[in-house]
Amino acid sequence: MFEVLGIPSQALFGQLLIGLINGSFYALLSLGLAVIFGMLNIINFTHGAQYMLGAFTAFFLLQYGGLGYWWALILAPVLVGISGIVIERLFLRWLYKLDHLYGLLLTFGLALIIEGTFRNFFGSSGLPYSVPSELTGGRDLGFMFLPNYRAWVVLFSLAVCLTTWFIIERTKLGSYLRAATENPALVRAFGINVPRMITLTYGFGVALAALAGVMAAPIYNVSPQMGANLIIVVFAVVVIGGMGSIMGAIVTGFGLGVIEGLTKVFFPEASNTVIFIIMAIVLLIRPAGLFGRRA
Amino acid sequence: MQRAAKSLAPSATRSRSEAIAFIIMLVALIITPLLTYPVFLMKALCFALFACAFNLLVGYVGLLSFGHALFFGWAGYACAHLAKVGTISLPYLTFMPRLSWQWLVIQLPSLFQHPEFAILGGTIFATALGLIAGTLAIRRQGIYFSMITLALAQMMYFFAVQAPFTHGEDGIQAVPRGKLFGLFDLAEQRNMYITVLLIFLGCFLLIRRIINSPFGEVLKAIRENETRAISLGYKTDRYKLLAFVLSATFAGIAGATKALVFQLASLTDVDWPMSGEVILMTLVGGLGTLFGPVAGAFFMVTLENYLTTMGQWVFVVQGVIFVVCVMLFRHGFIGEIARLLRVKL
Repeated sequence: MFEVLGIPSQALFGQLLIGLINGSFYALLSLGLAVIFGMLNIINFTHGAQYMLGAFTAFFLLQYGGLGYWWALILAPVLVGISGIVIERLFLRWLYKLDHLYGLLLTFGLALIIEGTFRNFFGSSGLPYSVPSELTGGRDLGFMFLPNYRAWVVLFSLAVCLTTWFIIERTKLGSYLRAATENPALVRAFGINVPRMITLTYGFGVALAALAGVMAAPIYNVSPQMGANLIIVVFAVVVIGGMGSIMGAIVTGFGLGVIEGLTKVFFPEASNTVIFIIMAIVLLIRPAGLFGRRA
Repeated sequence: MQRAAKSLAPSATRSRSEAIAFIIMLVALIITPLLTYPVFLMKALCFALFACAFNLLVGYVGLLSFGHALFFGWAGYACAHLAKVGTISLPYLTFMPRLSWQWLVIQLPSLFQHPEFAILGGTIFATALGLIAGTLAIRRQGIYFSMITLALAQMMYFFAVQAPFTHGEDGIQAVPRGKLFGLFDLAEQRNMYITVLLIFLGCFLLIRRIINSPFGEVLKAIRENETRAISLGYKTDRYKLLAFVLSATFAGIAGATKALVFQLASLTDVDWPMSGEVILMTLVGGLGTLFGPVAGAFFMVTLENYLTTMGQWVFVVQGVIFVVCVMLFRHGFIGEIARLLRVKL
């Protein structure tokens, strides 16, 4: 036990850990947004609702199917991803040729529908979802107490983020994706089914949001509005990082989570707003974002 | 010569169809107080002005702001605070004993508690906010612009939750309406309605004037093709910023007036669902039409009046309307009517 600037290490590192955990969710969500934006040219406002759907799917699986956390970690992203594919086939694909304002409005409307419905059935208070038995407890690191589940969330989301980065930047499938982002017509001419790739990309981005939702369920409870406020912060993260780079989204997500955690220690009043303030400063200094490719 | 005559003709029919529509709207707004509650109408008029302000930006410059509640709600707070307390509170940072906010309170002469000064104060505050938010937001285009405005509005929402003078969840309640110019008692519903109606009509005509001015033509050029406008020598950033500030100002007038009408300024008006609502009103009525936002605002306010008992389903209904509008009905009510009649409204 020691002190940093008059703050006990326990509190400091505790907030730092919360920051890292929030950062994992920012990274996973902004990664999904970036992947979707790259292919569909649409900002997915439903992302927060789909994160919430992931958490609720985990809750339902446990409540009605008796399937625990590890099953949920696989099934929830798949199920929510499929619902995303349905949304893409039914609605989004008609909007690609229009001004992208309409994609934003449509996904915003869908978010209102999903979140309103859930609020109506489950109210505003959260439903508890317990930590899986394998990950209960924690270890004392000397300067802080580290709960096992929280360590798992940080490490697993980092692994998911890096895998996504690897797939997109280093594999053949990823090179098709990147090529289709640059010039869909040309990639189609090479015999690659671009519309199907777009659909699957949306499903994948949505699945990432659902995965984040499952991981968040034991930490934040399952509640209908868990995604609504988060998604706005994630938008700010995306503006700061710029959506041009996958690695940029990951680094920005984790970094801002940590900064937010530290703000909670040193200047609690600003902890809600610090990310937005950083966004304003970045816009003044580097309008294209930290990792943005062009203005 | 022939060309000039041709280009004159549509503008003549445009002003005739607009004049007819304006007269219909005016007559309706004079008759309806006899048929329905004045507070309901005043609410609809405030939202109509809010939607017109929003439409100035999205319909004529093509910039979709997702944070217009910022100007609407904060103008309401400023107006309510001026009318009720009559002070200006300025935040500043202090480092002793630790980093935190403090508030500097300046007492104003009681003259400034008059409703006209309260509304003016709220409006000026919205203009200032518009200048700051606009400067930041226009640095990025398209989708980023929407996300930045949303984020800035949310930042100020959290600020409203914490600041002492907004009274958190309670809001500023029991705001006195006062006497307009010290003569007309606004506590009387009829006086208030006439005031709101005149404010609305004045702003509506001013917005129409702006849209049809050379400045408005440049805005439309930016909407159609910004790169081209730049290559023609227009400093498009300045035009966009001015349009943003104007839009924020009109939204501020609407918010300040609404605070006086309801004698209340609350968190609802600065939160993001309010930004969504004004988008929906404009979309339902018709983006980029003069009368669309007014029709859309009246439609949505009426609809919500019927849905008040339905709790959270209101959001679902709003969501469904969003989806229907985007998928099938992109021109909105007024836009479709204008297409059918082949006139400009």
